[in-house]
Amino acid sequence: MKNLLEYVGIEPGRLHFSWISSAEATKFQDTVIEVTEAVKALGPAQHMIKDIRKVA
Amino acid sequence: MEAVAEKIRETAAKLLSEGKVDCVIGYAQGSVPMRDYPYFAYTPEEAQNLTWSPFCCNNLANFLIRRPKGEIGKVAITAQGCVSRSIVGLIKENQIAREDVYILGVPSPGMVDRRKVAERFPLKTITEVTVDGEDLIVKGADFEERIPQKEVRRDNCYTCVQRNPVICDEMMAEEGPADWGGDIDKVAAPWEKLEPAQRWEAFVGEIDSCIRCYACRDACPLCYCHVCFVDESMPQWCGKTQDEADVATFHILRAFHCAGRCTDCGACESACPQGIKVRRFTSKIEKDIRELYDYTPGMDLEATPPLSVYRPNDPQEFIK
Repeated sequence: MKNLLEYVGIEPGRLHFSWISSAEATKFQDTVIEVTEAVKALGPAQHMIKDIRKVA
Repeated sequence: MEAVAEKIRETAAKLLSEGKVDCVIGYAQGSVPMRDYPYFAYTPEEAQNLTWSPFCCNNLANFLIRRPKGEIGKVAITAQGCVSRSIVGLIKENQIAREDVYILGVPSPGMVDRRKVAERFPLKTITEVTVDGEDLIVKGADFEERIPQKEVRRDNCYTCVQRNPVICDEMMAEEGPADWGGDIDKVAAPWEKLEPAQRWEAFVGEIDSCIRCYACRDACPLCYCHVCFVDESMPQWCGKTQDEADVATFHILRAFHCAGRCTDCGACESACPQGIKVRRFTSKIEKDIRELYDYTPGMDLEATPPLSVYRPNDPQEFIK
């Protein structure tokens, strides 16, 4: 899925996959920080945005 | 070619009159040139309408599924390489039973892309196309021209790796060479060499003309869900509009649902009324499955599909 989305032009770094157990609180926290920072660095998404003014 | 068609008619009539099968699924000549259509022969007389040509672009495996249970018994089906691979896939996914299908194996001649032929005659109406050996004879009101079949084949037929049926009960002709010598790696995933920004442009440019008719889905033997994700309304996974986001969602997910199952039969691309190259999406997945899991769908009844099994050495670089 990640490969396919990157193939059609979604920026690498916008999609993250992780496996976290319910007992791994710190891993969860670290991952959330990592993901939000990576996505913030890319800025607002430009693709797959539905503009209601255009659609309606 | 005509000899193969005659053999199919003969065998179909025999199977039907002996009561070995209730129906033979094949192709009949269309009323429009280059549009041979799927045909269901229920009697030996109807079997005489069956044909075989380079215009048989539908994947007949599609008609083995979604049939009401008990309505019809055993069926025979003509199958070239890709269709037989789809049948293998359907058997593996428990959609059909091997013993319910009688496969009439045909080596694929490589199917003709009717659009490529039409492009050669801009503003002209083609009234008849016949096969003469390796060539096609294209006729219109005021012209007649001979073009080699190998110049106007469908894209997927150039890179076919399995022209002969993988499984069959009876061969309708001698097996031919396994492939056309095309290199799938050269053409697979054509947008990989582009930058991410250009890829998105190429992608939305390709799907721009999509009218959401779902012909690509309906032509696909892999798409047998009773309710497709695009048709569900509770919850509605995918919007119904022509908006770029909705159309993109449909195409990305349709392609992804074929992961590890697509046999590159090209039925989707042939079915598209807008001429969208939908194989550009599935080809990336096909390539990934081949490279990451070393798997080619539909080649082996025993092999386990990569997405339905866990192996400790499965690639997992994408998971953090």
